[in-house]
Amino acid sequence: MTRRIIGPFNRVEGDLEITLDIDGGVVREARVNASLYRGFEQILLGRPALDAISITPRICGICSVSQSVATVAALADAFAIKPAPNGQLGINLIHGAENLADHLTHFYLFFMPDFARPVYSNKPWFAEVERRFAAKTGLGAQAWLVARARLLHVTGILAGKWPHTLAVQPGGLTHAPDDGELMHLRSILADVRDFLQNTVFGTTLERIVELDRRPALDDAIEASLAAAGDFGLFGAVARDLSLENLGLGYDRFMSFGAYHGEGGALFAPGIMDGGAPLALDPNVFSEDPSHAWLMGDVAHPLDGETLPYADRVDAYTWCKAPRVEGRPVEVGAVARQLIADQPLIRDLIGKGPANVFARVIARLLESARIVLAMEDWAARLQAHASVCVETGGADQTSGIGVGLVEAARGSLGHWLRVENGLIQHYQIIAPTTWNFSPRDKHGQPGPLEFALQNTPVDDDEPTPASVQHVVRSFDPCMVCTVH
Amino acid sequence: MTFNILWLQAGSCGGCTMAALTAQDRGMLAALKPFDVNVLWHPALSLESGQEAVAILQNVLDGKVVVDALCVEGSVLRGPHGSGKFQMMPGTERSMAAWIKDLAQQARYVIAVGTCSAFGGLPMAGGNPTDACGLQYEGDAAGGLLGREFVSKEGMPVINVAGCAPHPDWITETLSLLAAGRLTRERLDVRARPRFFADHLAHHGCSRNEYYEFKASASQFSQLGCMMENMGCKATQAVGDCNLRSWNGAKGGCPDAGFPCIACTSPGFETPKGSFQETSKRAGIPVGLPVDMPKAWFMALAALSKSATPKRVLNNAASDHVVVPPARENES
Repeated sequence: MTRRIIGPFNRVEGDLEITLDIDGGVVREARVNASLYRGFEQILLGRPALDAISITPRICGICSVSQSVATVAALADAFAIKPAPNGQLGINLIHGAENLADHLTHFYLFFMPDFARPVYSNKPWFAEVERRFAAKTGLGAQAWLVARARLLHVTGILAGKWPHTLAVQPGGLTHAPDDGELMHLRSILADVRDFLQNTVFGTTLERIVELDRRPALDDAIEASLAAAGDFGLFGAVARDLSLENLGLGYDRFMSFGAYHGEGGALFAPGIMDGGAPLALDPNVFSEDPSHAWLMGDVAHPLDGETLPYADRVDAYTWCKAPRVEGRPVEVGAVARQLIADQPLIRDLIGKGPANVFARVIARLLESARIVLAMEDWAARLQAHASVCVETGGADQTSGIGVGLVEAARGSLGHWLRVENGLIQHYQIIAPTTWNFSPRDKHGQPGPLEFALQNTPVDDDEPTPASVQHVVRSFDPCMVCTVH
Repeated sequence: MTFNILWLQAGSCGGCTMAALTAQDRGMLAALKPFDVNVLWHPALSLESGQEAVAILQNVLDGKVVVDALCVEGSVLRGPHGSGKFQMMPGTERSMAAWIKDLAQQARYVIAVGTCSAFGGLPMAGGNPTDACGLQYEGDAAGGLLGREFVSKEGMPVINVAGCAPHPDWITETLSLLAAGRLTRERLDVRARPRFFADHLAHHGCSRNEYYEFKASASQFSQLGCMMENMGCKATQAVGDCNLRSWNGAKGGCPDAGFPCIACTSPGFETPKGSFQETSKRAGIPVGLPVDMPKAWFMALAALSKSATPKRVLNNAASDHVVVPPARENES
């Protein structure tokens, strides 16, 4: 048995170190260290309740709007405020823009460059992958950054600067778009659609969202390859490297439900356990700090606290281990689409675990679904209807609130208690806290730790490519994890 | 001559990098192309991971590679008890603070990207649980990680591209100026922010200008009026050409999108007097008045302009869209 410590693990958002115990050419055990602590939950205590809207987005410059939306959902829950429906459409638009930006930034800048590593230089697809995806020079990434900037004009129009807008408030959105801006939004979305159709998929979004079975996916990948789509290129690489056999996680998934509106969530909430759907019950959540440099014992997020304790025995990370009835769950696009009953993802996973291939396919498929949803929201957004309800009449002096939303990387929850107008309690469980959690007091590994087991590694590679594919397939956001 | 950039993320949210990737609607690397810039390593952009990345940093420490610009994003976390353990550089058993301190000695220029690495930023709020600071400031006090007297190899203090997040162009234009050898000490303001953006107030070019002139104020979010009187807007006190530039393709920054300036380019913005979204007042008068205007004059002018406010401005200020269009009296 040899031990290998890998870090700094880059092209993830934030700080990550992985310890691998290797024997017989495979990973036997993995330990994930989120190596940064910033103390946001401590910082929030004692502040006026609405200050959270300025503070929590700064947990994460990548999922900044997700943090806004979660904070505002918790505050609206605590004070019994319902946002203006027209404002909710605008919020969904900026949230969708951010999530789409995250998905494709992950694909072009973080995940795909690993296939342009020298270790793959004898592969038939290498030259094309290098041309499209090589770090810093890949043409795909350059095209994406132009499209990404254009996409983020949606946030410019509706939310001013990004990251770290204050446009999302408990009453709705702060900016009522005018007639001209509504049309401008639709022009932007047309360009975004063009990028996805011409560059990512090489086919229409409608064809992608209707994929329902593995054979249909294989056909779509072939068609995309023929049309020089990056989706097809990924499909060819994935087939050659058998990415569907890599990074097998737990067969338990969770989603809080994404993009809320008057008719409920666009992607339904729930839990999927070994293929069996279960209702989502946040009362059975807990966070276990037994392997984190943090104080305390297992507790529900409305009871627990987050206080550093650097000398804790057996600790190896700043991340707690969140569990559902004591069990780890995987979150993210693959969980969201599975629980939303998307037929292709259901077919790819069956009753079993996700894998590197399914995680990436789910993210790309969801990207197509987000664009279609954004087109719908933009068409429904009104120029002369209120975007923000008056909240002055609501009692904002005390309350308990829970905000459960989906960030690009999965389920994000904020739990808070306000007394005399001031925040007395605030706990956050971020998506990667679920996925990259350490062992709990029963020794159960977190989802990534579990998924890394049995990963084949080459003795000559100090930072094995296989391990990098598994880690990055989760699209980790470490800055959210450790807030 | 190639201009080598080394970029590290200290206790950051990653938002400064995310902003930089929108620069000039094509991203930082494309914007810097004419300046022969080479990125030695960037946590979000580089291929090298693990030992490959550590080797790059070690080569810099050993003097084998010249770093022209060391860019640091995020607060330096010195705790607990001065150990720096709140942020260890993964794979090295050394704190990020120690790495930055050593690498800064090797750099021709050191750039604090964002208010966190400039002044300490948001992690300093709430009693500063991680003992966070900036590279050369701790809040408004010179010092920080590198100390008041630090100058990089070119004799410059740490250059503070403040903002949370900064405008992406502030980042790329600062780096371009350095690569072109055209940023001198005289072109930095008293807190070492490049003057090309810090010579302005965030107030300049605010699209709510007319409401400000007439003190026609918003009292609820989404209303069009000026946000200084009630909603905490500090644009008349914070530096930055925020509202003279386009942000993400739209007209201006924060006030244009309907929320107050929280002075994110300023040290101490993370701990406002009172709350972020409400104006602190004493005897009904905002505590924070325009940065260099005598209080008595401000009061007198405010009273005068309030008495002269056109009905159009007054009505529109309390609405989420223009309800009274501009017109001469005989046209209305």
